[in-house]
Amino acid sequence: MQLAVDIHKTLRSREREFHLHATFAATDECTVIFGPSGSGKSLTIQAIAGLVRPDHGRIQVGSDLLFDHGAGIDLPARSRKVGYLFQDYALFPHLTVRENIAYPLKKPWQWGIPAAIREEVEAMMASFEIAQLAGNHPHELSGGQKQRVALARALIKRPSLLLLDEPFSALDATLRQRMRLELLELRKRFAVPLVVITHDPADVEVFGDTLVIFDHGRVAEVGRRETVPGGWRQKVCHLSRWREGGRGHGEKAVG
Amino acid sequence: MPNLAPLWLTLKVAAAATALSLGLAVAAAWLVARRRFWGRELLDALCTLPLVLPPTVLGYYLIVLWGRNGWLGGWVHDHLGLSLMFTWQGAVLAAAVVSFPLLFKSARAAFESVPAEYEQAARILGDHELALFWRITLPLASRGLLAGVMLAFARAMGDFGATLMVAGNIEGRTQTAAMAVFDAVAAGDYSLANTLVAIMSLTCIAILVATNVLMARRRYA
Repeated sequence: MQLAVDIHKTLRSREREFHLHATFAATDECTVIFGPSGSGKSLTIQAIAGLVRPDHGRIQVGSDLLFDHGAGIDLPARSRKVGYLFQDYALFPHLTVRENIAYPLKKPWQWGIPAAIREEVEAMMASFEIAQLAGNHPHELSGGQKQRVALARALIKRPSLLLLDEPFSALDATLRQRMRLELLELRKRFAVPLVVITHDPADVEVFGDTLVIFDHGRVAEVGRRETVPGGWRQKVCHLSRWREGGRGHGEKAVG
Repeated sequence: MPNLAPLWLTLKVAAAATALSLGLAVAAAWLVARRRFWGRELLDALCTLPLVLPPTVLGYYLIVLWGRNGWLGGWVHDHLGLSLMFTWQGAVLAAAVVSFPLLFKSARAAFESVPAEYEQAARILGDHELALFWRITLPLASRGLLAGVMLAFARAMGDFGATLMVAGNIEGRTQTAAMAVFDAVAAGDYSLANTLVAIMSLTCIAILVATNVLMARRRYA
């Protein structure tokens, strides 16, 4: 898988301006985008998913050109064949687990779950070990269960790329490590490349074949994790400290 | 047995008026809640205006627009030979205008309470805009919308001024309960006035209590 991103985006609010210039390419099956909150990493994967339109630049996944300002190409999010795991999962609260997972396969006007897709949904739930939760609503699930449902929903249409926004930040520490291993296992089973954004060095350890380090809206470092000059741990830990000191407003908006 | 015909007419008018404003209010509320465009706040102000203008002013606008010599009404009268003036359909139009802001405001608040993240998730999962409105926004906003419908219905039942200007107060044809109370008091028929007032008060209290219950109970913890 080849992911190539080169985009510019300027966000303006009354108080300040934020410039994002994200340039990186990744060929590995796991890529981590690491950066303090407010460094532009969320904005970058939102642009890849088609939720945010860059001012100019280019985004390519494999042979699919998703966005090219010069050529006037801007595929809508629904046509990008990209999976996205939201930080707090964004499971639809009015639908059951089964309906959430069936959602991408169903036509908008279909009532209930048609027999043609029911089997696939059941198989997906079985493989994520959430079959017993099929009739539950999201608010009845634990954090780990929610994450599995969200992953099943994101993967059921076999996306060509799975984007994960701080996937483990909503979980407690013990569960976090287990879900990391589950995700690695999933990656192999579904043969889907991952792009994980995080500010947790442990995620870099597990998923960072390619490591992209963001700082102040720019790519400070990109490459194989092992080849980061000065060692990736030093770089990452330095930025983590910076984050603790500089944590503040606007985390969700531009983080 | 007092003459209760005005009550039935009131129910008919209020139901039709609510149905009439529903589609437009939902469309306008969605635009204001979800789209950024020039004149957004102006559109909101125009949609809220009937809430604060005197009903007689609204009635006057309706006459200017829909009267026999009005901008729209003139055309309808010349080409179809119809007029809304002094008909129960005219009362529907008046009641729809006065109750519109309640529906619009409730719908806007309901749409704004739906987290944008759910809609983004739906887009990524393959929905176009109309599909996600139908599958995500509408169901999640449904309680707020229903509350707005009930408030608008209650307001439509009680209109006096705008309806009087447009539809008049013709017994058996356009005389709604609010008009009948006015006539009953003017004629000194307090037993009829008491009956109508009691029925209308109870109906409106029931609607308001139901609205509160609907909004207070949260379905998704």
